[in-house]
Amino acid sequence: MTRIDNDPKAANSAVTVRGLVKHYGETKALDGVDLDVREGTVMGVLGPNGAGKTTLVRILSTLLAPDAGRATVAGYDVVRQPRQLRRVIGLTGQYASVDEKLPGWENLYLIGRLLDLSRKEARARADELLERFSLTEAARRPAGTYSGGMRRRLDLAASMIGRPAVLYLDEPTTGLDPRTRNEVWDEVKRMVGDGVTVLLTTQYMEEAEQLASELTVVDRGKVIANGGIEELKAKVGGRTLRVRPADPLQLRPLAAFLDELGITGLASSTVDAERGAVLVPILSDEQLTAVVGAVTARGITLASITTELPSLDEVFLSLTGHRAGAPQDAEPADDRQEVAV
Amino acid sequence: MSATTIAPDTRIPLRGHLRHTGALVRRNLLWIRQDPESMFDALLFPIVFTLLFVYVFGGSIGQSLGGGQQQYVQYVVPGLMAMMGMNMAQGVGTGFNQDFNSGVMDRFRSLPIGRGSVLFAKIAVELLRMLFATAVLMIVGVLVGFDIENWAGLVASVGLSAVFGSALMWVFLTLGVVMKNAQSVQAMGFLVLMPLQFGSSIFAPTESMPGWLQAFTDYNPLSSLADTARGLMVGGPVAHDLWVTLGWSVALTAVMAPVAIHKFRTKS
Repeated sequence: MTRIDNDPKAANSAVTVRGLVKHYGETKALDGVDLDVREGTVMGVLGPNGAGKTTLVRILSTLLAPDAGRATVAGYDVVRQPRQLRRVIGLTGQYASVDEKLPGWENLYLIGRLLDLSRKEARARADELLERFSLTEAARRPAGTYSGGMRRRLDLAASMIGRPAVLYLDEPTTGLDPRTRNEVWDEVKRMVGDGVTVLLTTQYMEEAEQLASELTVVDRGKVIANGGIEELKAKVGGRTLRVRPADPLQLRPLAAFLDELGITGLASSTVDAERGAVLVPILSDEQLTAVVGAVTARGITLASITTELPSLDEVFLSLTGHRAGAPQDAEPADDRQEVAV
Repeated sequence: MSATTIAPDTRIPLRGHLRHTGALVRRNLLWIRQDPESMFDALLFPIVFTLLFVYVFGGSIGQSLGGGQQQYVQYVVPGLMAMMGMNMAQGVGTGFNQDFNSGVMDRFRSLPIGRGSVLFAKIAVELLRMLFATAVLMIVGVLVGFDIENWAGLVASVGLSAVFGSALMWVFLTLGVVMKNAQSVQAMGFLVLMPLQFGSSIFAPTESMPGWLQAFTDYNPLSSLADTARGLMVGGPVAHDLWVTLGWSVALTAVMAPVAIHKFRTKS
């Protein structure tokens, strides 16, 4: 097994994972995962349901013991130093883990006390975080009456009480509408601005692109790709430019024109006749600018022009050759109840 | 594994345990304030059971005791006290199980607190509910004619119920952690409690029961608890049953508390 202590990659990483394994009977939720999250960065862990993301987070927050391998967070071993480790992490799960019967303020005060703040400090911290997450007005209402977005914000606030060095965001926007999702993203970006190291799990490429600087793609308990987000985007084909001419008859001439442009590295376009658009895979902002410039110079009237990120499915298709989360779901939907102890 | 040694994990000081347990007790009390209906059982159980047993069975069982309904009141009220404690104890498992399925437990378990704190807090609040139910029982009891002959004995009985009740709560907490949903916890608790409660001297003297059942009731801790409470409040021999009850309490706690905490710690 790799020795973390002599591992150059582990030198300034806040989270170090080596050969982590977790089995649930026959299914391998984690099958030898390696991971490094550098201090002060956001690592996105991208994968479909059942890829092992939640199992990874649960092991890193000491809620679950690994079957093999090692993991340290801020230098503390997940198995041997759980109490010290718990002091430096913050956790927000995909199951909103606030107490719905307690008012927002009481939720935060409780966590403050459990983190050994004095009564006075706990009160002040609860007030401060409610203010920061725009929940002051709802402070006295039971969290069960909150909207989805408010609940996630309270959840984020709760995970920030102990000023954690490492924050786990386990699918922070799953099940939220787009507006609320943006709200949560903004909050996360602010937290990252404060220098917290974040491990983010997500099913959405878009979310990873918004928040993460580095990305690890997991599937069926294995890491199938990792690296800088730009690097991976290039690997999976980056964005797709969708150009819709105002006149549908221009569709094919436009596609032919783009293919003859000769922009460096530009892949050939495809025609989406159904929606009346030409699709061009682009790898850089320069290519994007060149294409838009050429089309404008040609004088083709456009109805719309948009760029799209590849979906999780497309990312998987280009990385693995199979679709995301296909035959076996390694991770039970609710693995908290799965394991009899 | 790494060649370098890793510093041992920190320990939580006693003051820390008390602080954490206190904060969690506050949480559980706020639950009651938020949801006063959760106290209905503690309020209605003693009323309904006292009235039912005194007025339905009181006359006939009282006669066999050599008196009437009044004689039965003196017999059954201390017994009901023992029963009440156990019913409250059973509730602890159901509530705990619901907690687990809400996701808030994950947050608690990812915090640097002693694993026992969450369980101790639950027990503390359940004991308060038990005290409340006992107070209601005594008021109803006095209204239907119960004569408290020994006030110190009453206090001692309440104390003993609490000791045995909290011992039994470890069993129900374990069920609450291990079983999948609240309904099964409740069903299981019912299955455990029913034979213990009715196969005991709580509601009727055991002399007329068949021998095999008497063998069971003699070793049933609820019989001992009920008989001790009876002895303490209205007079009669106490010592033997008191020791049996205390013995059961110590044994249950010694075995089940570590099991409950372990199951709680390792639940994934």
